[in-house]
Amino acid sequence: MILLPPRLSIPNNCDKVKDFEKAQLRIPSSFRRKAANLQTMASGKTPGLTQEANDFTSGENNTDDVFDDMKQRFLAFKKLNYMDNLEHFKKLADAQAPKFLVIACADSRVCPSAVLGFQPGEAFTVRNIANLVPSYESGPTETKAALQFSVNTLEVENILVVGHSRCGGIQALMSMEDEGDSRSFIRNWVIVGKKAKESTKAVASNLHFDHQCQHCEKTSINHSLERLLGYPWIEEKVRNGSLSLHGGYYDFVNCTFEKWTVDYEGSRGGKKEGSGIAVKNRSVW
Amino acid sequence: MAPAFGKCFTFCCAKTSPEGDEMATDAYEAAIKGLKDLLSKKADLGNVAAEKIKELTQELKELDSSNSDAVERIKSGFTHFKTQKYLKDSARFNDLAKGQSPKFLVFACSDSRVCPSHILNFQPGEAFVVRNIANMVPPFDQKRHSGVGAAVEYAVVHLKVENILVIGHSRCGGIKGLMSIEDDAAPTKSDFIENWVKIGASARNKIKEEHQGLDDEAKCTECEKEAVNVSLGNLLSYPFVRAEVVKNTLAIRGAHYNFVKGTFDLWELDFKTTPAYAFS
Repeated sequence: MILLPPRLSIPNNCDKVKDFEKAQLRIPSSFRRKAANLQTMASGKTPGLTQEANDFTSGENNTDDVFDDMKQRFLAFKKLNYMDNLEHFKKLADAQAPKFLVIACADSRVCPSAVLGFQPGEAFTVRNIANLVPSYESGPTETKAALQFSVNTLEVENILVVGHSRCGGIQALMSMEDEGDSRSFIRNWVIVGKKAKESTKAVASNLHFDHQCQHCEKTSINHSLERLLGYPWIEEKVRNGSLSLHGGYYDFVNCTFEKWTVDYEGSRGGKKEGSGIAVKNRSVW
Repeated sequence: MAPAFGKCFTFCCAKTSPEGDEMATDAYEAAIKGLKDLLSKKADLGNVAAEKIKELTQELKELDSSNSDAVERIKSGFTHFKTQKYLKDSARFNDLAKGQSPKFLVFACSDSRVCPSHILNFQPGEAFVVRNIANMVPPFDQKRHSGVGAAVEYAVVHLKVENILVIGHSRCGGIKGLMSIEDDAAPTKSDFIENWVKIGASARNKIKEEHQGLDDEAKCTECEKEAVNVSLGNLLSYPFVRAEVVKNTLAIRGAHYNFVKGTFDLWELDFKTTPAYAFS
């Protein structure tokens, strides 16, 4: 008597498992249409698979929920905002003339439209990790295109760089090793803010880490403002008064907003604040 | 003549900034001295000088008020947010202050008309949002495009978002720029913009080939949507994105917001690998 090795008795089940896996992978994308097929396939095979399929179908309604949710959100916007302001939106559709370029963090808690009440048409907005502005000569390029477009084409009158409390990007900057893993994207980006980290360590290294981070969050804003002045077409407009640079810091722990303006003449004249620029008109709300 | 000039001059002199910028004042003093010297030799220019100084004073006044208009705008926006949203829901905001767990990573254009918080009513804490020209996601590149890479890495690996959404829109200046780039043209003054939007070059090529009969605006609309698809494809060049997509823990969608017609189209990227059949 020859005992068949276990492997030879599997093939049938193997096919069923493959079919089920194929079906399983298809579920998220077109669940509604294929549900009928799925149930046929599953119930045609072993009862165990059918049970699994049923459990799976009842759990994974994610796709439908997200589509419906997004639809409701958009229709609410259309009804409550768009339709009520049709004239305004028609004008906006032809051209935008925002007075602000806002550079803010991608953090879900700090959308400038929410926090500062910008309405459609008011602010050309760049959002990236830790609201960093790389220098003109070097560094990653994404933000530079937006600077060029907003300043030279749209001719915004104000640039506002907004930082915030508990920033994950700044925290990553402050806690990263000097000789760390250069394969990390986060590392390769936040290193744009290296100078802010150095100046923070120089003056605040005796503070608790959280306070160091807060210091760095604010210093980094000023460094970004300084780097903005390194873009020739930005400096020219600041110099002739058609463009103002502002820094802002949103503290969502205490719900305060601190704001200051770059004093170009003072910066040139040598009144330094440790970050190479002078500021004026500081206020806290 | 001289008295008219003298009056204007006194008025100008009185206008110093609260902090008393010494540097500005020095430069200003030097300029005034130069003017005075000239007028002491040519007194008949006094009236002309007076007129010019009045104009300049007016200009400076307007500049100053538009500056304070801007600040007032931000201040009233923040006050409204604080009183109408934050303080009315302080429990939720206190939780958010401790940490964020958004379900969405959203790529949207920097265009002032298409903020996702408005169009899709995202509340604080719901969506990690990256905004750049033409809502582009470049392919994996740790040197040139670490900004986008960092945002995707942070959102997918650390925040563990469940959805990525790339939203294109009508009348996109970036896409229009992309469509009008001539092949083999010399670099222009908008070199940053051009080099950036070229990420969508394959979309432009497709539109130019397949939609030759359309007018420019219609071509741009098609390109706006196709560029979203290019970005969706580029997302898969990030290994950590691909890993989550095949595990079905991350869904990738594209969208197009048309603010001319008031419409919103949404679609999904369907990416799967089937198990291999062994031919043996």
